Amino acid sequence: MSQSDTHSHGGNYINCEKGLWSWLTTIDHKRIALMYFIVIMAFFLFGGLFAVLLRLELLTPEPLFMTGDMYNRAMTLHGSIMVFMVIIPGVPALLGNFALPLMIGAKDVAFPKLNLGSWYCLVIGAAIVVLSLFWGGVDTGWTFYTPYSAKSSDAVTLVVLGAFVMGFSSILTGVNFIVTIHKLRAPGMTMMRLPLFVWSLYATAIIQVIATPVLGITLLLLIFERTFGIGIFDASMGGDPVLFQHFFWFYSHPAVYIMIIPAMGIVSEVISTFSQKTIFGYKAIAYSSLAISAISFLVWGHHMFVSGQSGFLGKIFSILTMLVGVPTAIKMFNWVATMYKGRVKLDTPMLYSINFLSLFTIGGVTGLFLAAFSVDVHLHDTYFVVAHFHYTMLGGALMGFFSGLFYWFPKMSGKMYDETLGRVSAIMTFVGFNLTFIPQFIMGSQGMPRRYHTYDGVFAPYHITSTVGSWIVAAGFILAIYVMVRGMFKGIPCTEKNPWGGTTLEWSIDSPPIHENFTEIPTVTGRPYEYR
Amino acid sequence: MSTASYDKKTQAAHHFDSLDQQHEAGKQGVWLFMATEIMMFGGLFVGYFLYRFKFHDMYIVGGDSLNWQLGALNTLVLLISSFTMAQAVTETMSGNNKKALKLIYVTVACAFVFLIVKYFEYSAKVHHGMFPGFDMWNPDMTYIMSQLRESSQGIITADPANLRLFFVLYFAMTGLHGIHILIGIGLMFWIIKRIKNDEFSPKYYTAVEGVGLYWHIVDIIWIFLFPLMYLI
Repeated sequence: MSQSDTHSHGGNYINCEKGLWSWLTTIDHKRIALMYFIVIMAFFLFGGLFAVLLRLELLTPEPLFMTGDMYNRAMTLHGSIMVFMVIIPGVPALLGNFALPLMIGAKDVAFPKLNLGSWYCLVIGAAIVVLSLFWGGVDTGWTFYTPYSAKSSDAVTLVVLGAFVMGFSSILTGVNFIVTIHKLRAPGMTMMRLPLFVWSLYATAIIQVIATPVLGITLLLLIFERTFGIGIFDASMGGDPVLFQHFFWFYSHPAVYIMIIPAMGIVSEVISTFSQKTIFGYKAIAYSSLAISAISFLVWGHHMFVSGQSGFLGKIFSILTMLVGVPTAIKMFNWVATMYKGRVKLDTPMLYSINFLSLFTIGGVTGLFLAAFSVDVHLHDTYFVVAHFHYTMLGGALMGFFSGLFYWFPKMSGKMYDETLGRVSAIMTFVGFNLTFIPQFIMGSQGMPRRYHTYDGVFAPYHITSTVGSWIVAAGFILAIYVMVRGMFKGIPCTEKNPWGGTTLEWSIDSPPIHENFTEIPTVTGRPYEYR
Repeated sequence: MSTASYDKKTQAAHHFDSLDQQHEAGKQGVWLFMATEIMMFGGLFVGYFLYRFKFHDMYIVGGDSLNWQLGALNTLVLLISSFTMAQAVTETMSGNNKKALKLIYVTVACAFVFLIVKYFEYSAKVHHGMFPGFDMWNPDMTYIMSQLRESSQGIITADPANLRLFFVLYFAMTGLHGIHILIGIGLMFWIIKRIKNDEFSPKYYTAVEGVGLYWHIVDIIWIFLFPLMYLI
């Protein structure tokens, strides 16, 4: 069937073609987004399962049901899956794919086939990582630090190869989005009229394109190190194991902004829409995204304060790291100012965005503690760090991600999810999350080291609280996914084009959209978020 | 996929307004891809400079043991191929597809010459035990020391420490570059096939220009590799 006569029959992008094959070979950005939804949710449940198991093991100071080896493997899988297979592709590849062309008035992304290729890179890479389980799994932690990773079990090569392949998914998505934003905007859609989610995707894509190749070459060298014994990271052959850490964090620190900046973009959309008020400080939010992505390349050394890098370098990295707080705080104040005197509607997306605001503030501020060179020497490798990055990654990136999923849900599916259950899930994740990670801040500051599978009895009350909290978080997210999946199949049809009262372009078209999005490409005449 | 149902020479793909827009988008995509290439090789260059700083002697000995005449020959070959590639793009832009085809054949020939020269260089290194992997590292030190420049002979008296690392970087960097040459050859054949199918016109030549850009970046990386490895 040719594409021109599909939408003349009144079909939408979901039902315009049928059969599994039509999905696996689709080049429609919205269908690809749905395929990302399926795989990423599966990975999320898989990674979450390991999180719950880890917390369960930590219920008692003595080993409960895991050996130390099993614990290390579960911990590594949890980290690798959540970072490489859930959060990094989550917002840009899933929600970005769906919303970006709609928001700028385009029919598709610039390179639709490449876009499908990115999906396959993710799936193939993920399959390789999962395959590693049959070789006994990996116990290096998701950072694959040398020299241990060069000596550890055979499966390291597989997991590293999987991460390498998934890197291409990220790079290609980034290239696609930058070109789409530059070249495919509708008439009148100037850069200063772009929705803020698009700005955040742009800032993210820059990091994806520039930083990810460095991870690529690092992982490739690690594979060579393991298979050929080249010794570039092996001190006994003159190599430098710390060089690996530099290479790794040169990517992996910017990578945390790949995770958080697009979530910030979602929050900008949601807060403006659900406060029914023009976003406060549009330009400041847009430029602060770019500022974060620029600074992100200059701070990697703060992961290495105790690695033996020079004290002078440590101080420089310390100051640069604190600089990140400036654009981040600018965003925070703008969001709060947007809510101020708005007519705030507390629907599920807004609740998740409020979760983001409060949790990410804690994550960000504790990040400043850790950025301080001298404080970090004390807190390095403790649960304080674990709690900090969970506040930014789970409390920040994933809360934003779920906010976006619920926000665009009616547009993606043409159905409405169960609002009450959605709100319950948002509140459950909030309560459970704090219950899990506030104790970790406390015991971390008291010296509980991370990645230990047994611990001193004095930490038991904190660990028990944390484990109980993890059950509530898990139940909350499972409920959220259940609400969405049930909504997709059994939800009340939502034929309204604009259920939330949003002002960006995607709310001016049918839900779900037709195959090529717009019956007629719109001409944009004003700024976004013009509420009256 | 129902994408092939339009005439690429006169009609833009379904999601573009015009061929111009499509061309601009394609070109920008290739430029961004070039940025990723630079970052990827950038990691290796950082490694190069780090170890050069740490173990200066091994770089002098390692560099001297490479055959700079062959390196220079390959540099010349790649420069010529870059020129013919650039000419091929220009010819496609003005519609002389036949001329473009010949120029691309010359480019491919240069790429093969490059790889053949590289093969002889590599096998000489392997022969003298200078391949740093698979437990093949067993360097013929008398041979290596005999290759030293006169100016270096006074400075370096003993075996340099960690000479192995020089060859790790040499093989990693030139090897990765060689893989890019191979990919380039593949891309050339793809372009040749499309020219033969008469798919390009002065209005639609994005693929030729993209492959051209790719070929230039491969060339430029070699322009940096050659002096760093062979000369200094």
